[in-house]
Amino acid sequence: MSDFAASASAIDGADPDLKRRMRRAERRRNLAYFALILPLALLVLVAFVWPIASLLVRAVENEGIHDNLPQTVAALRAWDGPELPDERVYRLLADELAQAKGTPKLAAIATRLNREEAGLRSLVMKTARHLPLPADVSAKEALIAIDPAWGEPPIWKTLKRAGHPFTAFYLLAALDLTVDAHGHVALAPPQERVYLDVLGRTFWMSFNVTLLCLLLGFPVAYLMAILPVNRSNLLMLFVLLPFWTSVLVRIAAWIVLLQNEGLVNRLLLSLGLIQSPLPMLFNRFSVYIGMIHILLPFMVLPLYSVMKGISPVYVRAALSLGCPPWRSFWTIYFPQTIPGVGAGVLLVFIMCMGYYITPALLGGPKEQMLSYFIAFYTNQTINWNMAAALSAILLTATLLLYAVYALRFGPTRVKFMKAR
Amino acid sequence: MAGETNASTDAPHVRFIGVQKTYDGASLIVRDLNLDIRRGEFLTLLGPSGSGKTTTLMMLAGFETPTSGEILLGGQVINRVPPHRRNIGMVFQNYALFPHMTVADNLRFPLRVRKLSADEIEARVRRALAMIRLEEYAKRYPQQLSGGQQQRVALARALVFDPQLVLMDEPLGALDKNLREQMQLEIKHLQRTLGVTVVFVTHDQGEALTMSDRIAVFHQGAIQQIDTPERIYEHPVNSFVANFIGENNVLPGIVRRMEGGTCEVELDCGPRVLAHPGPVGMGDRTLVCIRPERVVLDPPEGHPNRLGATVRETIYLGDQVRICLAIGEQQEFVIKVPISRFDPGWSVGTTLHVGLDPNHLHALDAPAG
Repeated sequence: MSDFAASASAIDGADPDLKRRMRRAERRRNLAYFALILPLALLVLVAFVWPIASLLVRAVENEGIHDNLPQTVAALRAWDGPELPDERVYRLLADELAQAKGTPKLAAIATRLNREEAGLRSLVMKTARHLPLPADVSAKEALIAIDPAWGEPPIWKTLKRAGHPFTAFYLLAALDLTVDAHGHVALAPPQERVYLDVLGRTFWMSFNVTLLCLLLGFPVAYLMAILPVNRSNLLMLFVLLPFWTSVLVRIAAWIVLLQNEGLVNRLLLSLGLIQSPLPMLFNRFSVYIGMIHILLPFMVLPLYSVMKGISPVYVRAALSLGCPPWRSFWTIYFPQTIPGVGAGVLLVFIMCMGYYITPALLGGPKEQMLSYFIAFYTNQTINWNMAAALSAILLTATLLLYAVYALRFGPTRVKFMKAR
Repeated sequence: MAGETNASTDAPHVRFIGVQKTYDGASLIVRDLNLDIRRGEFLTLLGPSGSGKTTTLMMLAGFETPTSGEILLGGQVINRVPPHRRNIGMVFQNYALFPHMTVADNLRFPLRVRKLSADEIEARVRRALAMIRLEEYAKRYPQQLSGGQQQRVALARALVFDPQLVLMDEPLGALDKNLREQMQLEIKHLQRTLGVTVVFVTHDQGEALTMSDRIAVFHQGAIQQIDTPERIYEHPVNSFVANFIGENNVLPGIVRRMEGGTCEVELDCGPRVLAHPGPVGMGDRTLVCIRPERVVLDPPEGHPNRLGATVRETIYLGDQVRICLAIGEQQEFVIKVPISRFDPGWSVGTTLHVGLDPNHLHALDAPAG
C-alpha cells in the first residue's frame, strides 16, 4: 500500500500527498477531541460503569461451593441422578472438606449450603468433624455412616446446583421466588415472602409522591411562566431555597416540627382543633412530607423550562376560535407541557425509587423501601449477593420506566415541539 | 369604492366610541378613538409601532379592555363580552397554529367547540382546505409546512366557522417579499368572495395600499386620517401621513396668501409657490409636500411653480432614475424620472428646472417646534 502510494505520488505529483496530509490533520483533530473527553470518560468508567457492572455480577455470582470444592463440583458435572454418585465423588468431597476443615472455607461452604436448605450447615459441620477419612475405607460408606443424608440423592442435587459458578437464586429470591426440589421456579412460601411487598410499596409510594409533586408543582411552574420576570425570579428563589440546605438538616427540621411535642401539634392543640397530639412522625405522612419537600424542585424546574417556551398566543388563538378559557387551557396549553410533565415525572419517580435516607429517618418499619433492604444486606448481614440482586431489580425497574418514557416522550414523539 | 356605496345604507359593523386605553395610568396608548367600520369592508390600521393600532385590534378581539369608552359590534356593546363569545376570527402574527394538532385538526377545532355535527365539520374542513388549496396537507403538522402554507392554514382556521368579522395582526410579517405580495392578493380575493369584514393591522404602507378599501393611519394613539388608499396617498391631511405613506418631499415655509382653493407659500429656501391648502391659515408655518413622481421636469415657462435646481446625485434603478436635487438652501429633494426621459448628460452640478403642480403640492401643518 505504501509502495503504491509512493509510486503514485511519483507519477501523479501532489495528489496522494495531499490526501495523506488531510488524513493526518483529521487524525490530529480527532485525537484532540478525544483528549478533551478523556478525563470524564475515565471517571465515568472507573466511578460508574465498573462499580455497577461488578455489583450486577455479584447478583448472579455463586460463591462458596465452586471455589471451595472445585474437584467435587467438577466431578458432579458428569453425574445426573437419580442413583447416588460413585465412590470417586464421595472421596473427592471427603478430601476437600478435610482440607477446608479449620479454615474459613468450611464456614463459607456451610453457610452457602444452608441458604439452599436450612439444616445443611450442621450436616457439613458434623461431617467435617469426622474427617479426614482413612485412605483404605470406602468414602461412600463412611459418609453415609456419618449422616444418612449422604445416602440420599437430594443432597447431591443441592450440592450440584449450588456448585454452578452462576446462579439465579438471588435474583429469584429478590422477587420472592425459589427453585423447588424439581428445579421449577415457584413462589416462596407465604411466610418467607418479603420483597414483592417491598417492591410494591416502593412503587406505590414513589407513585404517590410523584403525583403529589406534579399536582403541587404544576401551578407553581405555570405561575412562574406567566408572571413578569422580576416576580417569577422571586418565586424561583423560593423553589430553589430547599436546594441550599442539606437533606439531613431538612429531615431534622421536619422531625422537630412534626413530633408529638412539635410546633404543628402544639399549634393544632392550642387552636382546639385536636384533643390529643396527632401521630405525624414515623409514618407514611411524615415520609411523604419529607420526600415531597426534597423532590418538588425536580418537578418544578423541568415543567417551568417547558412552559417558558410556550407562547401565550396559542391560548389566545383558542379563545378567538370560540373555546372557553378552561377548555383552552386543557386542550391547547396542557398538551404542550407534556414533555415537561414527562421529564419531571420521570426524574422524581426515579429518585423516589431509590430513596433511602428520608424513609429511614422519618418512617416506621412499614415505610421502608427497597434501598433500605439493600443497605441492610450491605451493612448488616454482609450478604452482598442479595444486596446486588435487589439493586439489579431496582435498576431494571428504573430502566424499564425510562424505556417507557423514551417511547412515549422520546425525540420522535415530541418532534412537533421543536419546530416552534 | 364598492365597499363604500353598499355599506353606506347599513349600520356600521363595528363602532369605537370615545375609546381610551392606558396600561400604566399615566400615558394613553389609545387616545379618544372614534371609528366606524363598515360591513364587508377591508379596513387597515396602519401606523408605526407604538401607535396604538395593535392595542385597538386587541380591544376589538377582547384580549384588552378599554379603559373608557364603548366598542359596539353589530349594535351591541361588547366591552364585557369575553373573547370566546365574540365570534370574531383572528389571524395572529406568527400564525399560532396548534403545534400538537394536524392541519385538519386545527381547522376542526373551532367547529368542534361549536358542537357542529361530525358530517358538517368534515364538509367544512374539506371546503376550507380546498379554498386554500392544501387538501393533501390535511394530515401534516404545522411545522411540516412552509411559512406561506402555515399562513394559509391560519387564514382558513379564522374563516372556517363563518365569522362576520376577521382580525389580522400583521399576518404577513414573517414571509419573504414575493410570498408576501402573493398572499396580499390572495387574502384580498378571499375577503371579496366571502364578503367578510376584515380589520388588518400592519406597519407596511405598501401592504395597506394594495389590500385596503380604507386605511386608518394611526400615530401616537390617534387616527390621523381614515380614507381610501388613493385619497390617503394623494391627499394626506397632515405631514405625518404624507411622510409615513410613500416617498415624500418636504419644503418648509410660511403661508403668505390664501385665495379660494389655493394658497401662496414663501419657502424657506427662497421662492414662492402656489399650493393646495391643508389645515393651515394665513401666516402659519407650513410644510409643503409633493410626491417625487408628481414633480415635472423642465416645465414650460409660465408654470406657476417653476423652480431651479442643482443635481446632487443620480441613482440608477433600472426602470427609473432617482435624482437628488438641491433647491436653494434645501438640500433634500428627490424626483423620479422614467428611464426613457433621463438625459445621461445630467451629472452632479447640472442645473435643471422642476415644476411643482399646485394640485399635487400640499401645504400641510408643521409639527410644533
